[in-house]
Amino acid sequence: MTPPVKQAAADTLEGGPRRARVRVRVRTGIPLALLLPALLGLAFLLLPLVALLVRAPWHTLPEQLTGAEVWQALRLSLVCATAATAVSLVIGVPLAWLLARTDFPGRGLVRALVTLPLVLPPVVGGVALLLALGRNGVVGQWLDSWFGVTLPFTTAGVVVAETFVAMPFLVISVEGTLRAADPRYEEAATTLGASRFTAFRRVTLPLIAPGIAAGAVLAWARALGEFGATITFAGNFPGRTQTMPLAVYLALQSDPEAAIALSLVLLAVSIAVLAGLRDRWMTAS
Amino acid sequence: MTTLRKDTPVSPAPPVEGLDARLVVDRGAFRLDVALTAAPGDVVALLGPNGAGKTTALRALAGLVPLTGGHLRLDGTALERTPPEARPVGVVFQDYLLFPHLSALDNVAFGPRCHGASKAQARAVAAAWLDRMGLAAHTGAKPRRLSGGQAQRVALARALAVHPRLLLLDEPLAALDARTRLEVRAQLRRHLAEFEAVAVLVTHDPLDAMVLADRLVVVEEGRVVQEGGPADIARHPRTEYIAQLVGLNLYRGRADGHAVRLDTGPAITTTEILTGPVFVAFPPSAVTLHRDRPTGSSARNLWRCEVAGLETHGDQIRAALTGELPLAADLTTVAAAELDLHPGAAVWATVKAAQTHAYPA
Repeated sequence: MTPPVKQAAADTLEGGPRRARVRVRVRTGIPLALLLPALLGLAFLLLPLVALLVRAPWHTLPEQLTGAEVWQALRLSLVCATAATAVSLVIGVPLAWLLARTDFPGRGLVRALVTLPLVLPPVVGGVALLLALGRNGVVGQWLDSWFGVTLPFTTAGVVVAETFVAMPFLVISVEGTLRAADPRYEEAATTLGASRFTAFRRVTLPLIAPGIAAGAVLAWARALGEFGATITFAGNFPGRTQTMPLAVYLALQSDPEAAIALSLVLLAVSIAVLAGLRDRWMTAS
Repeated sequence: MTTLRKDTPVSPAPPVEGLDARLVVDRGAFRLDVALTAAPGDVVALLGPNGAGKTTALRALAGLVPLTGGHLRLDGTALERTPPEARPVGVVFQDYLLFPHLSALDNVAFGPRCHGASKAQARAVAAAWLDRMGLAAHTGAKPRRLSGGQAQRVALARALAVHPRLLLLDEPLAALDARTRLEVRAQLRRHLAEFEAVAVLVTHDPLDAMVLADRLVVVEEGRVVQEGGPADIARHPRTEYIAQLVGLNLYRGRADGHAVRLDTGPAITTTEILTGPVFVAFPPSAVTLHRDRPTGSSARNLWRCEVAGLETHGDQIRAALTGELPLAADLTTVAAAELDLHPGAAVWATVKAAQTHAYPA
């Protein structure tokens, strides 16, 4: 089936009369060889969302969504994603600054390691977190015996897992913005009597605010959808560690309609966030 | 180089008040080694071609580039190891570097705030400075809404608001268009005249340097090649670069009475009576060109040359000549047409002895 179609396309695009080809291009301005895959790509991205809306149990939706577990899971998701974003901001922005503005041996390696969670399968991240911060983990055993802090299978554990996966998005975004920002503004600030930290806080930070916002949105969205690392490191306890993606997955096995309803809620939240931050998002990119 | 420096007037003992610096910065192939002294109230211009190390010298004074050697004392205090934020220095950067997210007022208030003033105090100080700069109406404006001249004044106010003992200006007029430049140069001159401490400005524009500064320090390839008052430097250039800047033909040779035998061969007759190594300078307008060897001319200085190039210079034509004596000659468009000048044309050049100026090298 495919070869003849390809042949036909090649005929019109390359072997066809020159004048006709030019006329087509002038009229649409877009080569067919790019337009078709582009439309296919668009359809591929939108179709699942449309399917979600088509198959949504609209008449039972009110009942589905009034269940206490739904709101519990949603609240937990929002709280944990926001907390993970906050943690990422507090430790991720300084890390980005370090990578962008200082020169130390092995910086390239550190940079690569920071981006590793971006490509690491989240489940592997969860296992790694267990080995590091679990009750018998490399650091976790000391946390447990010295401070009585246990992270796995707690809400704090959810935040830890989400931060681990989401923070690289923030670091990469902020580092890029920092590199694009003129470091001489910091110099100007120091000649006016500002310490390097004051220069960062009062000059650099406001200048890179759009990049930080963009990075925070990326990180937040990634944290909201986090599944693999969360379920591995924090488990799936309703009300404590069961976030929306976990609830969706669980519901899909017992009550598909509930899963669709929960998915609709997450979709709505995502669209709302995207719409709310659209302007800043655009200016940042 | 060192012999040149010995002859130029330098204040013998470093003043306790003011600036006393020898800036040595090593950067691989490039080495900056510049001595600078100035008393409070002095305006010193570092003048030199691009890449001479002027801006590096300025950054070293501000502490943005570490010294590899030398010393830096300001009002008797050693500053070599002081970080930039602790130096009593104000900097006006070439493109001003006004903080784009802050209003003009908050830009100027930034320094006082960092020096411990409350927000209200800092803003009051800033408002007073902006008022003094004639910018009272623009205190709330963000830098991108300011004109080039206004931004320059805000940058100056910001640098002055921390009461520096050393004011540094990096190409303060370079970012302005020609018309604004004239106006801002006059204002800047007034503000610098009022400034009670040392001001050092960096420029590659001889006019800016001569209008704004009391003393010029000419830097080439990381070294001081000449320093002195603007008039002195304009009359007695000691390098090809300075001679070109001030528009003079400059030669080096040995004088014996009225005649100066140049290192390159030909001789120039001058009015001064000197012996030993000298410079001889004369302006391009002192050169007269002839197509045929002049016979009745009283000029003692006569050279056979060839036109290498022609370019318009204001309402004149400047001819670059090679031959016995390479020189630049100015002539009117009419004269150039009558002489039928074109690259490659053979000409005779004469200069009257009275229009040359010889001085010891």
